[in-house]
Amino acid sequence: MQLPPALRSRLVGAPGAAEPLPVQRDPAAGAPPFHFAARRVRFPRDHEFFEDGDVQRHLYLQDVLTQVTEAPERPRVPEFTCQGAGCCQVFDTLEDYEHHYHTLHRNVCSFCRRAFPSVHLLDTHILEWHDSLFQILSERQDMYQCLVEGCTEKFKTGKDRKDHLVRRHLYPADFRFDKPKKSRGSATPVATVQVLAEALGDDGEQSGGDAMEVCSEHAAPLPERVGERRTYSHRIPSTICFGQGASRGFKSTKKRKEHR
Amino acid sequence: MWSGRQGRLRPVGCVVEELRCRRREREAALRKARREQQLVSKRLLRDDVLEEVEGGCVAKILGEAEIQQFLRLAQRGTEEKERERALVSLRRGLQHPETQQTFIWLEGSIRTLVGLLTSSQALLQLEAARCLHELSHSEQSAVAEACLPATSYLLTYLSGHSSDFIELCLYTLGNLIVESEAVRRQLLPQGIVPALAACIQSPHLTVLEALGYALSQLLQAKEAPEMIIPSVLGSTLPQHILRLLQPGPKLNLGVAVEFAWCLHYIICSQVNNALLIYHGGLSTLGLLLLDVAGAVQRTEDAGLELFFLQKQPSLLPEGLWLLNNLTANSSSFCTSLLSMDLIEPLLQLLPVSNVVSVLVLTVLCNVAEKGPAYCQHLWPGPLLPCLMGTLASSDTEVVGQSLELLQLLFLYRPEAVEAFLQQSGLQVLEQHQEEAQLQDRVRALQKTALHR
Repeated sequence: MQLPPALRSRLVGAPGAAEPLPVQRDPAAGAPPFHFAARRVRFPRDHEFFEDGDVQRHLYLQDVLTQVTEAPERPRVPEFTCQGAGCCQVFDTLEDYEHHYHTLHRNVCSFCRRAFPSVHLLDTHILEWHDSLFQILSERQDMYQCLVEGCTEKFKTGKDRKDHLVRRHLYPADFRFDKPKKSRGSATPVATVQVLAEALGDDGEQSGGDAMEVCSEHAAPLPERVGERRTYSHRIPSTICFGQGASRGFKSTKKRKEHR
Repeated sequence: MWSGRQGRLRPVGCVVEELRCRRREREAALRKARREQQLVSKRLLRDDVLEEVEGGCVAKILGEAEIQQFLRLAQRGTEEKERERALVSLRRGLQHPETQQTFIWLEGSIRTLVGLLTSSQALLQLEAARCLHELSHSEQSAVAEACLPATSYLLTYLSGHSSDFIELCLYTLGNLIVESEAVRRQLLPQGIVPALAACIQSPHLTVLEALGYALSQLLQAKEAPEMIIPSVLGSTLPQHILRLLQPGPKLNLGVAVEFAWCLHYIICSQVNNALLIYHGGLSTLGLLLLDVAGAVQRTEDAGLELFFLQKQPSLLPEGLWLLNNLTANSSSFCTSLLSMDLIEPLLQLLPVSNVVSVLVLTVLCNVAEKGPAYCQHLWPGPLLPCLMGTLASSDTEVVGQSLELLQLLFLYRPEAVEAFLQQSGLQVLEQHQEEAQLQDRVRALQKTALHR
C-alpha cells in the first residue's frame, strides 16, 4: 500500500481538517432491491472477527511468536555480608541480597524489630501495638482497620477484624500477618531471646515461623530453637537484655559497654 | 517478558520448517480452543540462567518419599544452605506434571509450602514462591486450585518492594487466575483489584509487564463483564493503564502490549466505555496508533510491507473496521479521506482477500452515500476500473457490496454510467444474472444503465 508522500506531514502539521463537504442524500439510495446503510459496527467479545487477534495474543503468551534473545547475565559479585542490624547473612548476587533486604530490613518496626512485607502492614502494626493513644481510643470507637487495601471497615477488636477478614475477604483463619497482640508483661526473657532469633532469620517453627509472631505462643519447639540460636549467639552475649525500645546492630556496641 | 528471562523454547537442532510446522499446529489448536471458549494460555517465568548454574541436568520426577524429604529438610533443616537446596530440588522436580500431582495430593504439602512462603528467610521465601509458580503453570485445574491457600499472601506481597519477587507473584497469580473460576471467586473478595491498583504505580518495567499480564487474564474471564470489569473501572487502574500507553520515549513495548490487551477486553465488553473516553482514552489510543504506524513506516522497505501484513493478518480487517466506524456517520471523516488522497491507497488493498475487499468497499460506500459532492471526487478516477475487477469476483459478498457502491455512484454521478458502459460493464453484470442473492440488484443496475 503506497501512501501519498505528503500524508505524514499533513497528519503531523496540519492546522485542522478541511471544511466537510455538504451532505445531500437521495431517498432512492439504498432503496430496495439495494440495502446499503452506513452504520457503525460493534463486535461482542467472542465474535469470530477477533479470532485472528486472539490467536496472535496467545501465541505471543506461549512465546512461539518471537525468538527470545539471550537471557541477561546475573551478575556474580564477590561474597559480601549484609550490613543490616544484627544480620550476618552472606550473598553473592545482588538479586538475592535485594530480596533479603526488602524482606528483613526494609519495613522494620523500630520498637520491636519485627519485619513486615509492606509499609501498610508495618504502619498498622505500629499503630496497634505501640501507640498508647490507639489503646485509649479503641476503648471508645472502632479502631482496628481491615487489612485489605481498599476496604475501609473498622472494628472494635482484633478478633472482630479477623472474623471480617475470614468471612468477607476469604482470608485464611491463620493468616500470618494478623496475629493478635499479647497483653503487656508477657515479654519474658525467653520470649525476647526468641524474638532476637527470629529477627536474625531463624524460623524452625512447624508452620514456617514468622518475624511477626509473638513467640510465646509456641512453647513446644523451644529446645529446637535454643539449639538453632546457638548459631548466632556468638554475636551477642547472653547477658544482654533486649527489652522493648532497645536497638541492635552498630548501636549495641555502646549499650554493651553501658550494661557492663 | 521481552527481557528474555522467561522460559523459552530452545530450538536446539530444530530446522526452520519444523518450527513453522509447530507454529501452525499451535495456531490450529488455539483457533479450535477459542471456538470452544477454552482459550487458556499461561506464562512460565523460569530463569534459564539459574538452571545452568544449578548443574543443568534434567530434573527428574519426584516420588512421595522424596517430596516429603525435601519438605522436611526445607522446614527443619539446621543449615540455611541445606534448606535452600532442598527447596530448589523440589522446585526442579515440580517442573514435571507427575510430580505436581503427587505433591498436591500429599497431606500437608501445600500447608508447608505456604508456611515457607511466609518465612522470614528471604531466600526460602523466594524458592517457595518459585515452587508455587511451577504449580501455577499446570494445565490441570486441580493443581491450580490446590494453590488457593497461598493467594492472600501473594496479594500481600504485591505491596512489598522486592521487584523480582513481586514479578514472580504476579505471573503466578496471572496463571492461577486464568485456570479456574474458583480462584477468581476467591481473589476478588481478597482485594486483587485494589492490590493491582496500588502495584501499578511501581516504576519497575518488569513488574508492570507482569501486572499487565495478570490483569489481562482477569479481564479475559468469561464472567468479567459482570463481576470484574465494573470494579476495575471503579478503581484508579484505567488512568494508570492509559498513562502507560502514552506514546513517547518512555513507552515500553512489552508493557504496552499487555495493557493494550487489557483495554481491548474492557472495551469490547461494553461495560462503560464512556468512562475511558472521559479519561482521555481516545486521544491516547489515537496518538499511540499514529506513533506505532509511523515507526512501522520508517522501518519498512517497499517489499517488506506484505511480509508484515502476513505476520499480522488481523491488522487490515481491524484497521478497516475502525475506518468504517469513523466514516459511517461522519461527513468530516469522509471529507478527510478524500482530501488526504486516501482513496487510491484503499483501492490497492482490494486484491488482498475477500474479507478485506468487502471492508474496503463498505468504507467507500460510506463516502459515496453522503451525496453528489462526495461522488464528484470518486469519479473520474481509479475507482471505476477497480469496481470492474471486484464485480468479476467469484465471492457473492464482494460482488454484492460492489453492486451497492455502483448504485450510489450511478445515482449521484450519472456521468459515470457512460464510462461504465464503455468498459463493458453490462457484460460483467450479466455474469451474475442467475445468482439468487444478486439478480435483483443486477437487473436494477442494468435498467439504470440502459436508460441513459
